[in-house]
Amino acid sequence: MGAYHDDLHDAAEPDGRALRLGIGGPVGSGKTALVAALCRSLGPSLRLGVVTNDIYTTEDADFLRRAGVIDPERIQAVQTGCCPHTAIRDDIAANIDAVETLEERFGPLDLVIVESGGDNLTATFSRGLADRQIFVLDVSGGDKVPRKGGPGVTTADLLVINKTDLAPMVGADLTVMSRDAAAVREGRPVLFTSIREDRSAHMVAQWVTDMVDVWRHEHGVAHHHGLSAHGASTHGASTHGASARRVPEGVSLDDLSADGISIDGVIVDGISADGLSADGISVDGVAADGISAGGVSPERKEHEEHEEQPSRPVTAP
Amino acid sequence: MDGMRGDPAALLLLADSRLPAGGHAHSGGVEEAVRLGTVTDVDDLARFLRGRLATAGLVTAALSAAACELAAGEPDLVGGPGSGGEAGERATAVAPGPHAPPARPYAADASWRTGVNGGPGAAAGVAAAEDVRRRLWRRLDDEADARTASPAQREAARTQGRLLLRTARRLWPSAALDTLARAIPEGPHHPIALGAAAASAGCEPQQAALAAAYTSVTGPATAAVRLLGLDPVTVHRLLADLAPALNDAAHAACASLMDTVLTEPVLTDTALIDGVPTDGAPMDTTLTGKTPADPALGDPALGDPALGGPAGIDTPPGDAGPPPGDAPGAARAEWRGGWAGLPGHSAPALDLLAEGHLANPMKLFVS
Amino acid sequence: MAGGGTRLETLRSDPPLTLRQTGPHRVHLVSTGAGPLRGDHLDLGVDVAPGTSLEVCSVAATLVLPGLAEAPSIMLVRARVGAGATLRFSPEPTVLAAGCSHHLVVRLSLAEDATVLWREEIVFGRHGERPGRCQARFDATVAGRPLLRQNLVVGEETVDGSPAVYGDARCVGSTLVAGPAWRPSPEDKRERRAVVGEGWAALPLAGPGVLVSALGADAVQLRRRLERGEDAAASHATG
Repeated sequence: MGAYHDDLHDAAEPDGRALRLGIGGPVGSGKTALVAALCRSLGPSLRLGVVTNDIYTTEDADFLRRAGVIDPERIQAVQTGCCPHTAIRDDIAANIDAVETLEERFGPLDLVIVESGGDNLTATFSRGLADRQIFVLDVSGGDKVPRKGGPGVTTADLLVINKTDLAPMVGADLTVMSRDAAAVREGRPVLFTSIREDRSAHMVAQWVTDMVDVWRHEHGVAHHHGLSAHGASTHGASTHGASARRVPEGVSLDDLSADGISIDGVIVDGISADGLSADGISVDGVAADGISAGGVSPERKEHEEHEEQPSRPVTAP
Repeated sequence: MDGMRGDPAALLLLADSRLPAGGHAHSGGVEEAVRLGTVTDVDDLARFLRGRLATAGLVTAALSAAACELAAGEPDLVGGPGSGGEAGERATAVAPGPHAPPARPYAADASWRTGVNGGPGAAAGVAAAEDVRRRLWRRLDDEADARTASPAQREAARTQGRLLLRTARRLWPSAALDTLARAIPEGPHHPIALGAAAASAGCEPQQAALAAAYTSVTGPATAAVRLLGLDPVTVHRLLADLAPALNDAAHAACASLMDTVLTEPVLTDTALIDGVPTDGAPMDTTLTGKTPADPALGDPALGDPALGGPAGIDTPPGDAGPPPGDAPGAARAEWRGGWAGLPGHSAPALDLLAEGHLANPMKLFVS
Repeated sequence: MAGGGTRLETLRSDPPLTLRQTGPHRVHLVSTGAGPLRGDHLDLGVDVAPGTSLEVCSVAATLVLPGLAEAPSIMLVRARVGAGATLRFSPEPTVLAAGCSHHLVVRLSLAEDATVLWREEIVFGRHGERPGRCQARFDATVAGRPLLRQNLVVGEETVDGSPAVYGDARCVGSTLVAGPAWRPSPEDKRERRAVVGEGWAALPLAGPGVLVSALGADAVQLRRRLERGEDAAASHATG
């Protein structure tokens, strides 16, 4: 790694640079799969960079490189010296360096994703490193996890609950997870997904696209001319022009993420506890579909799948 | 901290492992030593740390002291941090303590740094002075390169230096740090950044040396606690036992800086900084009968003029001869030729560990 | 020595270190007395004129002995290699007998396109013996720029047996291979990669050279490791 800058900018200065998106969560929850999915969805329309924080290997970085979802040169791996949470929260210097290295080499960029090393529920990104952060849980960790809260679950700008297809097998009740998450997150959005089935994580991708649009709007990042429309896989997503139109001037990112539901056309939904009922969420249908769709065994690794499958998002009505 | 006049609180901040500058991810060779089984317990670790301090620790301490001194000569730091410009007026505020480097004759004349004497050509003079300062930083960084044979260690040192410099520029903004960043955009060696940060924070060279010596053992000690599950109190006891050796290393580092400067010719031509005849090589001083500047050998016997006797070699023409006198233009600079004689204590095992670590894909630490 | 063909021009020496020409381009150092002993000052100057080549070897290992004096023994080697010239300096090892106190100082000054192979081997005492003390300093410059500056300290409590310094090795050695063929490419922003073997590494320097560094249980193993490293260093050469 190495940033061969003409000059070193003050890292705290957000104007004119890419949105920095942190993706955290426990080991095995699907962070790397989500990063790959976002690269797949957003790569055609956004200028991307990725920083991985592997615990003991460069496995995550290698997986992304092999997946072919992004130019391998645009992936920077950071070692964290046994302390993944330190590297994203207390001493973010190495991650900042990696982000700035990407921006120097490939900039201007629209989005730099920083994937944390798998850590516990208390690990969150420093605001000095990530402008927005996603926390990823999976249903196999047990449906009590959202209730236990912790800064990752409660304060992340977006909570993604992954591997919904496994819910029936592990006895996880998505309704419970939804209700608990909503209760501790004070209206911040939650998305249920199965990246194994929706290889483009299109709902999450749409949320990220909107965050990038607002960021550009607020911080004056030059638009990338010649943008193509989103690929067919991100159905429901729009081109940048359209997104920019949807987000009225003066609406701040904070307003949007706090409302969650107010972004028109976006499937992101702030799930409120009282709006939920057992039949309000198509838990059964999704779980059943999840199994029947491919007859995929839960052991099957996410990265063994290459075909795009239709998404089965679980959302509140 | 006898004789230290710099800001002790700033030193604490600088040496604190919580300083967010990426240090926590470097094991200083411990991770590979643990993997290979050459460090397995507290006794091994004690020997590891003592040897590391006597070699890499001493070298980084000396380089940090040199960098601190160089930074302290920058326009806005002469007279202490925050004192602003008017370098010439402030220059006399540099007062040596018993162990601080002596006031240099040239410290009182900082006009070359700012080009304040430039008159009509002042702007060009400022640019030229900036250029000279950059070349001085690069030259000092070259000295760090020459003392770091392992490319893996150079890379780790530059990574840490780049991270520290970025952090320091936000904590203690100064022209010295800005110049250093521009001079070495890929990142200076860590001790160079540390010395410049120390000066900007208000520390003196010996404090910079102490911070460097300290961090050369605390990082590896912490890594060993994490990797071997050692009792952290036992390991901190090792560090407490090393305290006298840390002080000694800081003293030795500054002594080496002083001795070499006092015995080496001060060159005054900018062309000598990174032109052809750059090296005020100890070889030349020996040949011309001066005291060989080799404090690292630490033995007065080497000061014996007998060493300076003729060896059947004439002084190479064009090598650092007598100062050529006034160079034209405002960018006249003194080159601190003493850098050549700073300690270069090598640790072959650390080199092998660093390269082995880099080649191993399974690792927790950067180095 | 002068240009054109290599011609040994000057060869002066006194015991205990005598020079013998053993080939058109080769000189052997011959020990003609015991030691060095404490208090001895030995001074060797080597000047390789532009365009010429020279090889310096020695007949046997140098055994550094204690002697009666308080002062350390000092070996000072000053070498200058001119433009386009080549020097191969590969004497037999220096053995630090118990009780010795030795300083070994090397100043190697290379012209811009000079080529050198410089080998140093230090053995920590004779068989089964604790070594005396040694402080070595090596300075190599290319056209005045620093290429390599190293100190080695042996026989001090701080470094002996430290897994950071020599580990359990009984000898340490290095070979500097330098010259225009090892100049880093200006486009190379990243460090060149080292070649690492069991107990040795060929370390590309920041400047135009490679340092082979090795540790060994005995002089034979050390030499073998250094030679492997020297082969690896040769493969780093570009020109």
